[in-house]
Amino acid sequence: MGIKIHAVSTGARYRNLSLWFALVAFLSLFFADIFLYQPDPWEEFGRIGWGMITPFWPDADELLMSALHTVSFALLGVAVSAALGVLLAIWFHWRIVRVFSAVIRSVHEIFWGLLFMQVFGLSALTGLLAITIPFAGIFAKVFSDIFHQQSSATVDTLSGSSRLSRFFYAWIPQAWPAMRSYIRYRFECALRSSAILGFIGLPTLGFHLETAFRQGDYSEAAAVFWVFLILIGTVRFWFYKKLLLAYLLGALFLLPEMPPVNASFVWQFFTQDLWPGSLLNGDIAGALRWYGNVLADEVGPALIQTIAITQAALVLSGVLALAWYPFASRWLVGRYYWLGRFKLLVLRSVPELMLAYLFMLLFGPSALPAIFALALHNGGLIAFLLANHSQDSCAQQRQDSPVGLARYFYQDLPQRYPAFLALLFYRWEVIMRESAMMGVLGIATLGFYVDSAFEEIRFDKAFFLILVAAALNVIVDSLSRRLRKAAGLKTPRM
Amino acid sequence: MKLRSLFAVAAGMLMSAAAAAETFTFTAIPDADESRLNARFGKVADYLSEQLGVEVKYIPVKSYPAAITAFRNDQVQLAWFGGLSGVQARALVDGSEAIAQGYEDQFFKTYIIAHTSTGIEASDELPEDIKGKTFTFGSKGSTSGRLMPEFFIRDTFNAAPDELFSRVGFSGDHSRTIAQVQSGVYQVGAVNYSVWDTEVEEGKIDTDKVKVVWTTPTYPDYQWTIRGDVDARYGEGFKEKVRDVLLNMKDEDLLASFPRKSFVPASNDDYAPIERTGKAIGLLD
Repeated sequence: MGIKIHAVSTGARYRNLSLWFALVAFLSLFFADIFLYQPDPWEEFGRIGWGMITPFWPDADELLMSALHTVSFALLGVAVSAALGVLLAIWFHWRIVRVFSAVIRSVHEIFWGLLFMQVFGLSALTGLLAITIPFAGIFAKVFSDIFHQQSSATVDTLSGSSRLSRFFYAWIPQAWPAMRSYIRYRFECALRSSAILGFIGLPTLGFHLETAFRQGDYSEAAAVFWVFLILIGTVRFWFYKKLLLAYLLGALFLLPEMPPVNASFVWQFFTQDLWPGSLLNGDIAGALRWYGNVLADEVGPALIQTIAITQAALVLSGVLALAWYPFASRWLVGRYYWLGRFKLLVLRSVPELMLAYLFMLLFGPSALPAIFALALHNGGLIAFLLANHSQDSCAQQRQDSPVGLARYFYQDLPQRYPAFLALLFYRWEVIMRESAMMGVLGIATLGFYVDSAFEEIRFDKAFFLILVAAALNVIVDSLSRRLRKAAGLKTPRM
Repeated sequence: MKLRSLFAVAAGMLMSAAAAAETFTFTAIPDADESRLNARFGKVADYLSEQLGVEVKYIPVKSYPAAITAFRNDQVQLAWFGGLSGVQARALVDGSEAIAQGYEDQFFKTYIIAHTSTGIEASDELPEDIKGKTFTFGSKGSTSGRLMPEFFIRDTFNAAPDELFSRVGFSGDHSRTIAQVQSGVYQVGAVNYSVWDTEVEEGKIDTDKVKVVWTTPTYPDYQWTIRGDVDARYGEGFKEKVRDVLLNMKDEDLLASFPRKSFVPASNDDYAPIERTGKAIGLLD
């Protein structure tokens, strides 16, 4: 960690921080499992391209229903997790609450989904919990950051009252606009998560998207993908705040039915399936040996890959975000900015696993496709947020502001840079989580071994590996918090 | 009053849960073409329902582990499993039984396919030249895409795939294995023979780019597995009835969903070789 932020000017501090990360990313490339193959992908790309422009789905009802399921899971998931997030944020000064929040958000939605699926089957509850639990942890962290940025003047007038009253009568009303805009942003993320949960079998859009794509039915995959893109791209046209309650009730009604849950099975899952046999038999030495073997054979190599891919993808995301965002800002490129915005919409909507597959066709199987996929997706997302900042701030520009490249380099970029760094730090743990997921492509990250363990019905091993992934995330999260603090970066607006 | 209505709701929920338990539910993942599962297997459900005289429902799943989980949790009582997933499922649910298999599943096989640029020639033995190439299996839990090819590879070369090949991948799907070897992403792959044959017939494969270089010996694969407690829950002789109904499924439209010519009787013992193989390569404990 030997990163030291010297007492120098703000600009130099940002520059040094950026250079340190670039250096680490460069070194990571030597550790990542990178190899360049020369496949012959053009026939397959031809099919994919043709599919994209000839979308086709034989059964409109089926597609509509999975779109509605996608929205239902996302809506209910965000509603419940935002409420839980507020509660957690109120007591965020307690270390136990902070650690709890960090742990629950450190496990990827897909892993939560896979765990709950063992207990609740392919049910509405599995989907809701898989979104609600990590999102509650994320809301807790961001809401707490937002509270900290509020002026304390209002709160001081309530000094005699309880913590709860201070929050509900002073902090929350004051922070509400920032909270609301964050909830809105999270809703888009929830739509993506909800769709992705289809990959493991929940009846959302991802279910059909994954099957069609995996089997090479690209016209069908394209049909699902366009529906998903339109759904995300038009949220502000179909989501009316005033109808929120009606939407939530509708979502509850639309959820897939819930199969009966066998209580003894739930008990068995938590008390037996998750633990190695030797531990259950009281053979502590045997259990330690078991954990030791998993650590040496799987966790060790997987950690190196996971971290190397993350660091490389993080810096590449940053470079791409800076290169792309001006093209999506009206003040920097003029009236064609919508083209840039559309590109960013596509990039942040295509699930990373699919991007990775496309890159695998190009470069062959190695860590390279994973790095590119993560960078494109996250770069697209950060660029979108930066473009929004740029558009908002430029509303109050002077008439003699520079134009074109000069405006980008001498005015907009320096103004955006602190927010850019802060966003990148926020994305760090997300990229880490997602790079662990890339393992399902066959690149030996933590996710690869988790996936194998589930496939071999070895829940004890899957659970242990998920805990390791979670611990890694908690470390990155706390490192990111320290670095942000040291660099004096504020919570960015989403 | 409030409490009473709460009780009424609770009682109603219990009753609907009891009623739901009467429904006989099954799942199936075909080895090829997973599109429109609901529509295709909905028809199979209708047929079973008509023949068995109970309500039958189909639920679609994404993967073998998901099917096994659903079977173990009693979310489904009947499942169309692959060879390995059937063994795994039966180990988890006491008294469960393999009752029928596809006609083709009595002598299933795997093709080892290679990109033509590798210069590997078709042969009766597993070609020596596949060493050092990049290699992809299908799904990690697949019998024809993983278990059996891995077994024969280890058996021939006395080494694990990681040691033999320069890179080992899991494409996740037979069609994708073919697409990946054809586009040269991997040089060699293992694929379910029936998926390959079908795709060749449909003209989906460019045989100038990818070809079969070896065929494994035969082994038993897909089968219908049923939970042991169905007689107690759906009436005496229910298991036999399900078996008969499956064996008598003659409608080609229904059989095409699997896709199989017909179903023939099977027993747990038929899958002993699969279990031994699974243990031999460490996929089963």
